[in-house]
Formats: sequence, structure tokens, C-alpha cells
Amino acid sequence: MSAPGFTNLNPSVNNYVNPTQNGGGGATPYHNGPGQPLPAMYPASNYYTGVPQQGYLAMPGQLPPPPSKAPPMNTDFSATYYHNSHSQAGAGPGVGPTPYPPPHGLQTPTQPPSTATHSVSGAPQYQPPASYATPANYYGQRYGTSSQGQQQPMLVPASSSSNPLFPIVSYPSGPGSSEYGTLRSSQGAAERPPIPAVIQPPTHSALQQYPQGNGATPKPAQQGYGAPPLTQTATVNGQSNAVQQCYDQTPPGPVGPHYSSASPSLEGPVRGHAPSGTPSTSVHSSPSRQQGLLYGGYGENSAPSSSTGLPGDHSSSSSDQDDEDEEDEEAGGDSSSTTTGSASPVPNSYESLEGGIYPGSSSVPPPADPTKQAPPFGYNYPAMQPGYQQSPTPRAGSSPSHGGYNAPGYQPYSQPFPSLSQLSTALGGLSGVSEQEVEGLRPVNLLQERNLLPLKRGTPAEPNLSSNLRKMNCSPDTFRCTLSSIPQTQALLNKARLPLGLLLHPFRDLTQLPVITSNTIVRCRSCRTYINPFVSFLDQHRWKCNLCYRVNDVPDEFMYNPVTRSYGEPHKRPEVQNSTVEFIASSDYMLRPPQPAAYLFVLDVSHNAVESGYLNVLCQSLLENLEKLPGDSRTRIGFLTFDSTIHFYNLQEGLSQPQMLVVSDIDDVFIPTPDSLLVNLKESHEMVKDLLNALPAMFTHTRETHSALGPALQAAYKLMSATGGRVSVFQTQLPSLGAGLLQSREDPNLRSSTKGVQHLGPATDFYKKLALDCSGQQIGVDLFLLSSQYSDLASLACMSKYSAGSIFYYPGFHHVHSPAQNLKLQQDLHRYLTRKIGFEAVMRIRCTKGLSIHTFHGNFFVRSTDLLSLANVNPDSGFAVQMSIDESLADTSLACFQAALLYTSSKGKRRIRVHTLCLPVVSQLSDVFAGADVEAITCLLANMAIDRSISSSLLDARDALVNAVVDSLEAYRANGSNLQLSGLTAPAALRLFPLYVLALLKQKALRTGTSTRLDDRVFAMCEFKSQPLKQIMRLIHPDLYRVDNLTEQGALHLNERMIPQPPLLQLSAEKLSRDGAFLMDCGSVMYLWVGKCCDEMFVRDVLGCPDYASIPPDMTEIPALETTASERTRAFVSWLQEARAFCAAFCVLKDEPSAKSSFFQHLIEDRSESAFSYYEFLLHIQQQMSK
Amino acid sequence: MEAAVFILSLIDCCALIFLSVYFIITLSDLECDYINARACCSKLNKWVIPELVGQALATVLMLVSMHWFIFLLNVPVASWNVYRYVKVPMGNMGVFDPTEIHNRGQLKSHMKEAMIKLGFHLLCFFIYLYSTEKATKTTLYDN
Repeated sequence: MSAPGFTNLNPSVNNYVNPTQNGGGGATPYHNGPGQPLPAMYPASNYYTGVPQQGYLAMPGQLPPPPSKAPPMNTDFSATYYHNSHSQAGAGPGVGPTPYPPPHGLQTPTQPPSTATHSVSGAPQYQPPASYATPANYYGQRYGTSSQGQQQPMLVPASSSSNPLFPIVSYPSGPGSSEYGTLRSSQGAAERPPIPAVIQPPTHSALQQYPQGNGATPKPAQQGYGAPPLTQTATVNGQSNAVQQCYDQTPPGPVGPHYSSASPSLEGPVRGHAPSGTPSTSVHSSPSRQQGLLYGGYGENSAPSSSTGLPGDHSSSSSDQDDEDEEDEEAGGDSSSTTTGSASPVPNSYESLEGGIYPGSSSVPPPADPTKQAPPFGYNYPAMQPGYQQSPTPRAGSSPSHGGYNAPGYQPYSQPFPSLSQLSTALGGLSGVSEQEVEGLRPVNLLQERNLLPLKRGTPAEPNLSSNLRKMNCSPDTFRCTLSSIPQTQALLNKARLPLGLLLHPFRDLTQLPVITSNTIVRCRSCRTYINPFVSFLDQHRWKCNLCYRVNDVPDEFMYNPVTRSYGEPHKRPEVQNSTVEFIASSDYMLRPPQPAAYLFVLDVSHNAVESGYLNVLCQSLLENLEKLPGDSRTRIGFLTFDSTIHFYNLQEGLSQPQMLVVSDIDDVFIPTPDSLLVNLKESHEMVKDLLNALPAMFTHTRETHSALGPALQAAYKLMSATGGRVSVFQTQLPSLGAGLLQSREDPNLRSSTKGVQHLGPATDFYKKLALDCSGQQIGVDLFLLSSQYSDLASLACMSKYSAGSIFYYPGFHHVHSPAQNLKLQQDLHRYLTRKIGFEAVMRIRCTKGLSIHTFHGNFFVRSTDLLSLANVNPDSGFAVQMSIDESLADTSLACFQAALLYTSSKGKRRIRVHTLCLPVVSQLSDVFAGADVEAITCLLANMAIDRSISSSLLDARDALVNAVVDSLEAYRANGSNLQLSGLTAPAALRLFPLYVLALLKQKALRTGTSTRLDDRVFAMCEFKSQPLKQIMRLIHPDLYRVDNLTEQGALHLNERMIPQPPLLQLSAEKLSRDGAFLMDCGSVMYLWVGKCCDEMFVRDVLGCPDYASIPPDMTEIPALETTASERTRAFVSWLQEARAFCAAFCVLKDEPSAKSSFFQHLIEDRSESAFSYYEFLLHIQQQMSK
Repeated sequence: MEAAVFILSLIDCCALIFLSVYFIITLSDLECDYINARACCSKLNKWVIPELVGQALATVLMLVSMHWFIFLLNVPVASWNVYRYVKVPMGNMGVFDPTEIHNRGQLKSHMKEAMIKLGFHLLCFFIYLYSTEKATKTTLYDN
């Protein structure tokens, strides 16, 4: 791939001007980015460099593996597993009639509802996804090829200008690569054919093929702007069609009420549908001759490799609260359990807490620890110009090697990983997807390939498992491992220099969840693992645990399958068919009767708080959502306000109005009337409403500036300790009275220091102790910090960190002056108050014998070696753990991980949600690299870096991050040592690793040199520690889209809504242009940046302003206008918003210097005053590696 | 005099040995899940200062009685104890912090440390015993 940005021969790069270079002046250098000049010189599609790079995606398709290997079920697991709710709706009625047969007549008449759930989950499980899995794959492939076609115009001039660099990284062109393809699939190893492709005439034939392929398409091959959308169309249509098909199909279709019914007939729907359901289907591309194969069963093979193209259907975690919650509440009952074990602590076998590796850590220094001698960033490249083209040095260094590089052709490339061929044969039985491995290993020269971003955020590479296992495996959104192939030994893991860990999002909102109400919860007798799809049944009556390998008996009751109503098929039970299930637990899993939902609001009403006006927002929001608070008839609620004294509110029903009780003795807080402060919401509903209406006005004239947060929290603890529940603390300033008072520790002059940051840890152990006390009494504390001044979040955050709460921070909140924050608080509160909640929860993560967890990240208290105590669990928190390999896993081919979350639902039912992940164990280093999941690695590293910056120092953590990249790339180079690679090469699976690490280094949490308020930094750290992976990735590497030319091409159709799918752009000012409008999605905030010369049409139709100048400076939403452009933009934005739990704040920014700080700080590929540009960072890494 | 010093050190050493054993037992209880981290840490933190004082006492005794070799043997352990105590971050609940003890192999390293100390104290115990013997004998002969 010719990376325009990196090459001095490419005219476009001359336009690449780093904006930050020009300081804050009015001049906006990025305007002459590729915008105007480029199209002139560049006829073709490489305008959007974000798009074409995926050329290699086409490869798997082009190399047909032998058809015999075709697995019978070629559905994408994840798509299959998480069906969307529509299919559920369709299935429901069909299934209803099949009654849940009471096994042995034990079941109560309340059973049928739960049947519905079972069957619902079972029924659509195979059918609809099957119908679209293939189109998606198919598209993924087609896409890859078409991008090749587009690529050509760029390649040709490049090679003609005799740039020796291009050949290295160029795409395999259609026919040429098919040769390679055969070569590769036969050898099983030659994964990088690209070299000679450019020089060869095949470029031409590829071009020819392109039109051919597209012949069937209604769309002409477009150039320039149109091109990327075209390619995108392909992928996305795959999905949209799929979705539609789903709709069409499910209701009439034979909705199998049985779990087993659909699976064998997969092939049918797949074949039948793929062609018919794809309007824009162009049976196209060089692999067109293999098309039959593709349909026949190779969809699967292309699936993982084209993962970037596959839209994450299953990830559509729409916020449908689990419906089965209601359905099942009545079903289960606290039926007496017969054989279930007790909830007593599991004797755990993980004796070893051996410190694992931290590849980047200086505690495990690489032979030549580079950063030790490394000067601070920026030092090395004083003369480095922002434009990549102006750094010829490395280029010169690398080019000489080219002759030799090209000469032998692609033969040598089959050698570097000789093991692969053996491996693929060895794994042949296990799976038929060695392409994915090969793809993951393809070396990418980072210095030359620029367009590394996937087209859109894709699903991670799937583990190399047999289709059966893969289909049943846990969704990557819930459970992800940094290495999707587990190394056999710790030595191998050390060699790879990559962190091994898991990222979990165990309680996330699911649209589909099998709920099992069974008298017997089958678990391993020795390790207490729940039975899961990856256990093996030795015979009818015995099963072997997949974690500890103990052979257990199958209880009699388990022999009966309520879903199929058959006896003697234990392996067809839902527990054994789904890797995510929820059990209704019996009383054995209770230490006390399930607690009622209890909510206590602790509100700061000091002068500062009243001034900010948050009380109004909160009370309003509470009034609106009072009915929607999760809970049942026992739900309890209470309020407590504080300034220098503590005010309790007696809400006992029967009183004429709420009664305020003031306790001014903050040194020894007592509860004035223990019974009537936390009241039943149903009974005292009116009273609560009265209070909420009155509260905002009650303190308007307060002159009290002090805040006695500590005593208030102690009071809250006392109030709640009988029941447990959730305490929501709203605080607006530094606590200044009583226990837990804090002093300001921030020195504003040091905000932009490059010498590390002090005071990242708590100043006192008061909040930690309190949190642990709360955790012991099952009280979760959530903190809302709305302060404009330093409030020592580092100390305050402890109250939530260890009690499994969540932390919200609204810097500079003011109800009038900061409308964006105001809106955000409203939206957040809505979600916060209505989201699902689990009480008195514990989570245990078990792994296959030989693996052990040694470090945990997230908000919780680690009560014993592997037991996480979560007083509250909410659907928006994620967890991470680090693992080490204590014993060799040589005698097993699969490693399994099981996370079991035991909680009390808001309806007072004890439930266990069990997720099981299964991954292959590999013995070759190359396989470890091929299976690396760069997003997961980045998130885990972020967690580790934050730990390190608190326990050691920020600079240490930053060094460790850089070392992590250097080490892993070094390890990769050492592994393929007979491969004469020039420049900086990374395996394709890790190609984004340096970019993400650079992004991490530029994060608020970890950056130095840029002015960052201490609280902002600490909050960013807290977010990294407690957010799920998807959210973290958006924080680390925001998504940038161009939105002023949204087209219908490639749009996604959901519920009759058309959602445009613009391509993902690199985070570089080079991608911005003055005549466009760009949307940046940073996770918790979205920026719409409007260029100065932006299309009048856009300004008028979308923003509703007559011209650019009249766009108001603080626009926080897109007005609902009746124009197509507006509808499209709004559809796109709201679609993005729906993908997250908490709405992102929306912000329209004009192209003005004032917008710089907020928007341009996220353009992480560019250089800033204190940090490297991406290219400089790569050179830095290269330098470190050569040391 | 000599004998008194060593007898005192001997008693001190016995106490330290018992303390080390107590640390090991408590930590292994935690490892085996018999007690929870909170209880374990608050139990152990209580004894960090006594241990520090006991070790310092032995060191000072050797210094004042001018037994240089034994003094030098004791100094590293005493200074390690002080260092460990001083280095506790402000927000932590003591040398043993329940929120961190399960992370990053801390439990393991605490265990190792307690084991090493136990070994050291046993060694010291025999040295003191031997020295006491010698001292009492010399006093006897002197008389």
C-alpha cells in the first residue's frame, strides 16, 4: 500500500502541515491539507486514505483453502449468539405454546413464562444470523478486492516514479495475489506476497477485474470522494441486508423452538439467502471464480480476516433492559435446591499469585532498557519537521535494502514462519482458519503504511477455534482476552512480551440472555465451575470439568432437557449450549434474604452547591424517573443533605410534609430516627415528591460554605448498613469539615510540568476505610463531583473505587454558564437512575488449571484471592485482570475462563450470570502474535500504566508503555529473524499498537507537558480503570468522520431508519479540510467541527444557520430540520449515541483558535508542543529497538 | 552485664520469632481464604510497629554493648522495617493494605518477607544463645 503521507514522492504530503506548529494564531494551516490541492493531482480514491488500506483483507478470499476443510456451520458465532431483539419478538409467539414441561413434575405452574425465555433464546439462535452471516462475509471480501481496484491509480504513479519503498508494502493485486494465494494456502505460511505486486502488470488486470466485478452492481465505480463510501457500502449493506432479512424471515420462518433444531440446517438458509438478499450484490472480484466455494462454506474463513469489515451486529447492545427479568421473576421462585452446593468460599487452587509479566515495565528490563537513557520526548528530533516527507533519513536507511528485498521474490516470505504450515496442519482438526493466523502475522512496515485504521471499529479477530466452539463462545463485548491464542508456557509468553489478561464487561445490557430456572445448578465438585459449553461429556452420566479436569457426575435432573422435552441429552441443555447464561439461584446462594433495592441520595447543599444549581437538575430528573427506579414493592429511598451540618429527612407516610432533622454534631454522627429516614418508595411516594419539589428552593439563601462530607458519609453508612444498597453522593467542593477533610494539594504551576505529577494517590485513608466498611455492608457509593475548583478527586474517588461504585465528574458545572454540562448531567442522571442494578454481588473469575490471575483492575474490593466483592454492580462498568501462566498448558489444547457474577436483582431475586470464554492454546510464538488483540492489549496496558503512575510515577508509567511497544516489536522481529525486514515492522495484528500507545501517552491521564488539571487527570484515570473496553477505546482513539457529505451509500438500515456510514478517518489535521464538517466521537463527548469554508448547504440544512458566521458558539445539538442532510446527520449521530450507555455531550465547534484546545488535542497523529507526532513516535521506537 | 544483654536479646528474639510465625500464619490464612483481606490486614498492621520496635531494640542493644558483628547483621533488617513503614503511601491503611494485598503478587512478597525474617530471627536466636552461653561461662570463670 502506498502510504501517501509518508512518502516524499507523493505530492499530497506536501500539504501535510502540522497545525500545532503554527501556534495559536488565527492561521489555520490544516486548511491546505489534502482538501483542495490533492484532488487535482490525485485523480483517484486515495483521497481518503483511511479506506483503501484494507487491501490485504482480500487475501483470504483469494486463497481458497481446500474445500474439504469447510466446516459445516459457517456462521459467525457472535452474530449468532446475540440475536437482536427483533428476532426474539418474532420467535416469541411461535414458541409460546410449547410449554415448559416440568421435569419430574416438580415445577410450579409459573413455569411457562420462563419457557418462553428459553425457547426464545434458543429459537432464533441459529436461523436469522445464519442468513446474514454469509452476506457479511461475502461483502467483506468483495470490499477488499474493490479497494484494490481503487488502489491502482495510486500505485501506478508510485512505481513509475521509481520509489523503491512502495513495493514493500503494496497490495497484492488481484490475479497476482491469487497466485500467491495458492502458494500460500498450500504452504500455509506465505502470508506476505505483496512485494512485487506493484511492479507487475497485474495492476492492470486487477483494474479490469474491478469493473467486471462491479458489473453486477448498481453502483458505478466511483472515484474521488465517492470511492470510499462505495467500499463501505459493501460491508455495511451486508449487514443492513442481513438485518432486513432477519425481519422478513423470522416471523414466517420455521422458528425452531428447540435449541437443536436449527443448527443442522444452517447451510440451507445461508445458500438461499446470500444472493437474494443483497441488492447491491455484485458477484465480483478476482475470487469470483471461487464464489461458489465462498458460499459453500468459506464465508467463515473470510470472516475473521475481514473482521474490520464486519459490522459488529452482536455488539448492538441496545439498552433494552433484559426482558426476561420480568418474565422470569415469577418463574423461578426460591425453589428449593436439591443438589446445589453452598455459597461458601470455594477452596481455590490458585495458590500462586506470582507476579506476572509487565512487558513494558522497567522492573523487567529488556536487555538494553532504552528509555532509561532516553531523554524526554521530543529531544531526539529537534529538527524533525511535522511533515512526514521531510524525514528522509530513515527512508534512506531502509531503501538500500530494497534490492535484496525484492530480488528473491516472495519465496523467502514463506520461510520466516515455517512453523505455520505445520501448525495449520496440526490445527486442521481444530479449525479451518489458518488464514486468520496468517493475516494476523503479515508484517506491516509501520513507517510506510499509514492507513492502518480499520474502516470502522470492527470486532476483534476471532480465536482460532473450530466453528462449533466458536459459535458457542462468549461474545467479545463481554469477555475478551488480550491474546486470543494462549501461549503454552510462561516462557513463551515472556518471549512475546505482550501482557496476558482478560477484559470483562460482565453485567452489560443484553438483549438476549437464556435464563435458567433449575433446581440443580450443575457445578464441578472440586473447583465449583459452572457447567458450560466447553466441558466434555465422557458418557451419559459423567462430565469432565474443563478447568480442573475433574470428572463429575451428571445429576439425574440434568439428564432431562426441558427444552427438547427429551431424556438423556444432557449436552442439549441450555447451560451447555450457551456460554452466557443466567441462573436463578436458590437459597443456598444467599447469606441473608435478598435485600430490597435501597437508594440514598447524599447531597451537598453548601453555598457553592446551591450556586451551581445542580439540585434543580437532580430533583427534576429524580421526579421524572422515580417510577423507573429499578426495584419492586420493597424499594426504599432516602435523602440526606449536608453543609457544615447534616440534615436528615423524615419521610414517614402519615406526616403532612417531609420533616427535616438537623444534626450538628459532626464529630459523632448519630441517626435521629432510624426507621423513618429510609422509607418505602411506594408508601411514601407523595412525601418523596414533596421533598423533591421543595428541596431546590430550601437552600437558596444559604451562606454556609463549609462541607462536611466525611460525617455525611458516615451517617449514610449508618443509615444503610442494615439493608445495603446504593448511596449517590453529590459533592461540589473540597470537604472542609469533620472527618475526611482534605487540603488542596494541587499546584497550578505544575499542571504542565514534564517532571511527573504528584498527588495522584489519595491523601487520606478515610475514604478507603469507609468504602471498605460500605463494601462489607453491601453499600455501593457512587460519586458525582460537580466542582469548578480542585476537589481532590484522587482522595474522594476512593469511596467509589473500593465499594464498586461509579464516578462522574462535571468540571465547572453550572446550570446556566455551562449548558453542555447541564445537558450531560441530565442525560447521565436519566441513565444512572434507570439502569439495571445488582445488589450484594460477588464475582469470581476462574481459569483453566495452570493459569492464575494476579492483578485486578476496576472498581471493587478483592475480598479473597479470586473473589471480587461488588456491593453494587451496574451494567456500565468493566473489569480487567492480569494473568500469569504457572504451569505449562502443554497437555491441553483449550484454555477456558469463567466469570460468574452472583447478584441480587432489583426485584429481590438471587441470580448468577455466568460467562465462559474458550481459547486455543498454542506453542508457537508466531501464533501468539497472530492472535494478539490490540484493543484489549491497549486497554490492559492503560490499566497497568495507571497503577504504575500511582504507585511509582507518571514518567515511569510512560516509559513502560513505550517499552511495551518496543519489546513486543523486538520480540516479533526476533521471531522472524530470518526475514530481512527493513524499517519498523509489526505483525498485522499489532499494526495499530504503536498508534494506540501514542494515543495513550497523549491522554489526559498520562500526558505530560500539556496543562492538565489534577482532577481531570485523576478522573481520566478512574475512567480507564472502570469503563468497558469499547468506551475506553473511544477515549483513547476517538473516531473521526467527515459528515458534510453523508450519502446513502453503504448506509445501514435499522428500523426503517437510514444510517449513513462514513469511513473512519485518521486522527490527523491532514484529514481535515476547510470546506468540510467533521464529527469526532471521543466517547463521552462528540465534537462537530465546522470548517470555515464549509458548504453553505450543510450550515443551512443541518445546523439551521444562514451562514458560517452566524453559527452560535455554544451549540449543543443538531436542530431537527426537515432536510435530508439534517436527517442523515441526526440519524448518524443518534446511532452513535445509542451505542453507548451514557450519551456523549455534543458540541459544535467552529474553525476558530478557541476550538483548538478541545478538538485538536485529540488529533493524536499530529505533533503537539510536548509530544511526538505518530511518525516521530515510530522513529523513536525504531531507534529504541536498534539500541 | 554481657550476659544480661544477651538474655534480653534472646527474649526479644523469641518475641520476633513468634511475630514472624504469626505473620506467616495469618498471611497463609488469607491465601487460603480462611479470613478476608480486611481482617487480615488490620490484624497484621497492628503488629508492624511492635516488630519494628523489637528489631530496633535488638539492634540498639548490640550497638551499646559493642558487638559489631551482630549489630551489622541486625542493621539491614531494622532499616528495612523502618523504610517499609515510612514508605507507606498516605492513602494506604498501613503496610498491609487490604485493597492491594491481592494485587501484583503482594501477598506472595509479604509471605516471602515474613519467611526470610523468620529465618533471620532463628539465626539470631542461636547466635544469642551461643553468646549468652559464652558470656555466662566467662563470668563464671572470672569469678
